[in-house]
Amino acid sequence: MSDRNETLAAQIDERFGERMTRVPSICGELGYEVDKDDLIEIATTLRNDGDFGFEMLVDVCGVDYLSYGSDEWTTSSATGTGFSRGVEREPVILDEADEFDPRRFAVVYHLLSVQHNFRLRLRTFTGTSNPPIVKSVVDIWNGANWFEREVFDLFGILFDGHPDLRRILTDYGFIGHPFRKDFPLTGNVEVSYDADKGRVAYKPVSIEPRTLVPRVIRDDNRYSADLKDVTDG
Amino acid sequence: MAEIQSYTMNFGPQHPAAHGVLRLVLEMEGEVIQKADPHVGLLHRGTEKLAESKPYNQSIGYMDRLDYVSMMCNEHGYVMAIEKLLGVTVPIRAQYIRVMFDEITRILNHLLWLGGHGLDIGAMTMFLYCFREREDLMDCYEAVSGTRMHATYYRPGGVYRDLPDTMPKYQYSKFRSNKDVDRLNSIREGSLLDFIEAFTDKFPGCVDEYETLLTDNRIWKQRTVNIAVVSPERALQLGFTGPMLRGSGVEWDLRKKQPYEVYDQLDFDIPVGSNGDCYDRYLVRIEEMRQSNRIVRQCVEWLRENSGPVMFDDYKVAAPSRVDMKGDMESLIHHFKLFTEGYCVPEGEAYAAIEHPKGEFGVYIVSDGANKPYRLKIRAPGFAHISAMSEMVEGHMLADVVAVIGTQDIVFGEVDR
Repeated sequence: MSDRNETLAAQIDERFGERMTRVPSICGELGYEVDKDDLIEIATTLRNDGDFGFEMLVDVCGVDYLSYGSDEWTTSSATGTGFSRGVEREPVILDEADEFDPRRFAVVYHLLSVQHNFRLRLRTFTGTSNPPIVKSVVDIWNGANWFEREVFDLFGILFDGHPDLRRILTDYGFIGHPFRKDFPLTGNVEVSYDADKGRVAYKPVSIEPRTLVPRVIRDDNRYSADLKDVTDG
Repeated sequence: MAEIQSYTMNFGPQHPAAHGVLRLVLEMEGEVIQKADPHVGLLHRGTEKLAESKPYNQSIGYMDRLDYVSMMCNEHGYVMAIEKLLGVTVPIRAQYIRVMFDEITRILNHLLWLGGHGLDIGAMTMFLYCFREREDLMDCYEAVSGTRMHATYYRPGGVYRDLPDTMPKYQYSKFRSNKDVDRLNSIREGSLLDFIEAFTDKFPGCVDEYETLLTDNRIWKQRTVNIAVVSPERALQLGFTGPMLRGSGVEWDLRKKQPYEVYDQLDFDIPVGSNGDCYDRYLVRIEEMRQSNRIVRQCVEWLRENSGPVMFDDYKVAAPSRVDMKGDMESLIHHFKLFTEGYCVPEGEAYAAIEHPKGEFGVYIVSDGANKPYRLKIRAPGFAHISAMSEMVEGHMLADVVAVIGTQDIVFGEVDR
């Protein structure tokens, strides 16, 4: 499989050159980063050109890189304090700026070529705009419709040119985008039946978020680049 | 008489044929559907977000609850993605066990689909027949994992334990006659493999029975032939996978095209349809059950002859045995670390896909090197299928909506996640 990936990678390099940047993979998968302005053109070529033939869009996935690489408990040096399970974590600072970090939101596309049996991953960052926005690929792959609606619903990323960008998984009238890293796991509101009003009512959530197992990142020499073959782009 | 005008009809979310909680807003012209707008998400639990707050192994149980009629296949996709990141090779015996249970799961799923689909469009008896066989397969789940549905049996690095030598048996009670209990227990005297082998002997006959009832049945054909025809081009364009894609005549099966575990060493065929209608998809799934039965049979034979470990032996990832823990300090430390903190997965991203009974089930993990996934994305086949609902039911009658929901094999656990 990896030899065939290299063949494909060579073709992509030849065709797109600098416009597609290879993302190194630790498990032999082929992934590229593309600029959001180039996305439509590259995607169209990848779908329609006979050399590539990516006729199926398997998945569209949003990623929020806000807290990437941060841990809740330092493990590299000895600490005098343990990790208390009931402790409330430091609240994440809400990013209310007009502009986002350019590498905060990404949209990841998984492509599949049925005729050539290739898989390819494209990642594009949404840039600094608030709300984040990328061009829709619905016209290229019609199956993207609901996947993009899902990304919009969960991450608040807009898709320019999408025919019907509505919320899909969350409740009618839901506020916020739950899969953003600054959205609490417990949510902001809870519903209950209000006997006085005679209907279901929203109120602020009453449960405290608890972290049962701290998020730790340990330096593991087994995975260091010197000891392991890392496929570099 | 008043002129008939187009109107909007609400189907579900509580409707026996909606296969769970689907709300369909149908725009109708008389009894003909102009447009369908499925509202999903009523079962959205945020599995992906929950998984981001837990160590890797604690989310395996969530996977069972995605597509709750093909439990082990979901687990398989998830553990395969972790194994890809960790670079773990699974012992060969565990691979055979996984394949065997994947195929048992496929039969389980297709039996529920056949029963439900039949019930929806007028074949009541199918439901009873299918559940009879499902019961046996549930017993296999129970024997191997202790639970009938939510098994949590696959673990990164292998499976939780080796196949048991005994089957759980029925006990005498006032709810069943002793004669019945003896009859039920008579096929449960041997090991799990004996039980599964006995099942594979009788199952092709069961499929023949189903086919006698349906395949040439006039009513069944009237309800399915030429309903919701999808061309191969459209099927690809819409992201269809699994029987939905093969029903349209595209020969694509990950078990053959991108083999994982030991599928490349097993002998089986991939059925494809030709017209892309509900009837072809029915035929594809029926044949898949027969092929799955063949695979299970081959796995049973292999597993009888070969023994070996069923778990990767690196204690940094897989728990040491209970016995070792009692006497060996290092095992105890490993056990403690694994169950309090879990294991850290190297930084990177991986997408693992398996041929789930419903299509391509993919798990995409972004890891930043922590003991919890940074981002977990589950690619559920049913999500792509139901997004094409409007296109598939356009121009059909209201009663055909039920046939289309059936043929898509929708389960909301995975659509809504």
